Amino acid sequence: MMRFLVGRVLQTVLSMLVVISIVFVLTRLSGNPIHLLLDVNATERDQEILTRYLGLDQPLPVQYAIYVKNLARGDLGQSILSRRPVAEHIWERLPATVELGFVAMFLSVLIGVPLGVYSAVRRGGIMDGAARVFAVLGQSMPTFWLGLMLILFFGVVLGLLPAGGRGGLEHLILPAFTLGYFTSAAILRLTRSAMLEVLGSDYIKFARLKGLHEQVVLWKHGLKNALLPVVTFAVMLFVQFLGGAVVTETVFAWPGLGRLILESITTRDYPIVQAGVLVLSALYLTGNLFVDVLYSYLNPRIRRAGA
Amino acid sequence: MPVPRLSLPWFPGIVLAALVFTAVFAPYLAPHSPTDGDITQKSIPPVWMERGDREHPLGTDRFGRDVLSRIIWGSRISLLASIVAIGVAGTFGTLLGLISGYRGGLTDTVLMRLTDIGLSLPTILIAVVLVAVSEPSFRNVVLVIALLLWPRFARQIRGETLAIKEHDFVAMAVVAGRSSAWIIRRHIFPNVVPTLLVISTLQVGYVILLEGTLSFLGVGVPPPNPAWGLMIADGRGFLATAWWISLFPGLAMLLTVLAVNLMGDWLRDHLDPKLRQLGRAAVLESPATAPVGGIADEAPGRSTPAGAEPSPSPWRWDP
Repeated sequence: MMRFLVGRVLQTVLSMLVVISIVFVLTRLSGNPIHLLLDVNATERDQEILTRYLGLDQPLPVQYAIYVKNLARGDLGQSILSRRPVAEHIWERLPATVELGFVAMFLSVLIGVPLGVYSAVRRGGIMDGAARVFAVLGQSMPTFWLGLMLILFFGVVLGLLPAGGRGGLEHLILPAFTLGYFTSAAILRLTRSAMLEVLGSDYIKFARLKGLHEQVVLWKHGLKNALLPVVTFAVMLFVQFLGGAVVTETVFAWPGLGRLILESITTRDYPIVQAGVLVLSALYLTGNLFVDVLYSYLNPRIRRAGA
Repeated sequence: MPVPRLSLPWFPGIVLAALVFTAVFAPYLAPHSPTDGDITQKSIPPVWMERGDREHPLGTDRFGRDVLSRIIWGSRISLLASIVAIGVAGTFGTLLGLISGYRGGLTDTVLMRLTDIGLSLPTILIAVVLVAVSEPSFRNVVLVIALLLWPRFARQIRGETLAIKEHDFVAMAVVAGRSSAWIIRRHIFPNVVPTLLVISTLQVGYVILLEGTLSFLGVGVPPPNPAWGLMIADGRGFLATAWWISLFPGLAMLLTVLAVNLMGDWLRDHLDPKLRQLGRAAVLESPATAPVGGIADEAPGRSTPAGAEPSPSPWRWDP
């Protein structure tokens, strides 16, 4: 167990370093922000001064070393455009991303678990078939297109829900469903197969023999035992939402971190891009680490295998 | 004992055949140019609507380009992207998987650590940044996707290799003094081909969706190319007035990915005896195929996708 834990933590750190390096190298190779920052009439002298001010005159390895050193001290740098600390920008946007991810996760569970239980119980029935179609579609649907079609239907045609932006609950429904549809299909599948396994076990047969009410058998004895993989998976989904929020946030003009990153790519505001990707990746990687550890702790089969 | 039922995948088969046909013969099938539009013909609705025009069955976009022709040409981009990306990633990943599994020891440890790192990255986020800063182009999109895809192959092929390595025929080849390269080529590789085929098919849908996503975000195939993702993005601002610009390319994408996924499921169930034995859930469990792995159907045996290995199966396709 200890060895598994150490290995897993080490891997997370390494992954983080890889992300840091990728992001650093690529953002530096992608073009000179000087040209975007100065107007066309700027003299060569102006360019030089700005280059030196931003530290872009140093060789790449030196820039990298400085960057990593600053990161280690928790300094994410300054936005090139706004001159404000990057951390401020990130903090402004992070809550929106977390909020959306949280609601989407909640929605996926709300849809996926009951459907999964139901289709396991009525295996081969109409609902099982419908759930299967729902799941297959969920895996094949381009998220961004689903989002647009939802806007078209609920926003434009019916005029029921707002097409974008952040506000009250009504602003959350469409983006959360868009983000959560694919994953609710995953949860459905997972719940279904976990339930099938549990329902075939002896203690369920015994509970039925005892004459317990079928609903009690299903929800109390059945689902409770099938939930472990589902719960860990749901936590992991939340983590995945953070990493993948770019798309949904773009479709719904949701003022989150993903969109901030995309905007900053357009304006070549490197520090924000770097920090944004780093923060999301860090959340993603530590989240996955947390899930792995939690899971191996809860599941004795793995606890032993990892020991 | 139930009689095994040989059901052919008709729906995905027909859709995919039509798709390949469309892509190959796009120049002959498309009624108009995919990139040149007539601005006087802009935003014409599909033929069945009031202002529809027979010339443009699915309508035109805001530059007067024929939506149907663009979808037809767009099938080339999606198909080519998946073939090239999977070709590159599959070759590289399989090679690493074979070496890693066969050599074992330090080589294996190092390669698999690398693979784990590759699998742990937030795919879309990295892809967006990678393509955005390296100038959006078809080539870069495909390279970046391949870069993110190889670990899935490496992981799965390594597992296969480990199992095949234990067979007597490998031991005998070793005793006969054959080189490692010879054994891998003659004994191991032919035995991983079915698995390779299954993984590849299961990744096609993923690649199409990822390419579409990147193009949609404006960091993929650049305009005026008729990439489906780009077309969907094009219509974004006109949902209220010209919904067909976004709707149809999305449908094409949905249908394609759906067909590929169903085909992948079918192949996995019929082609790969090992995976079949383990039940479908076995495939679901592995990160290599989790994102587009099919429906977890009849797998009461090992059915907890999160349960088989310390890493709960991550769905790497993060929408």
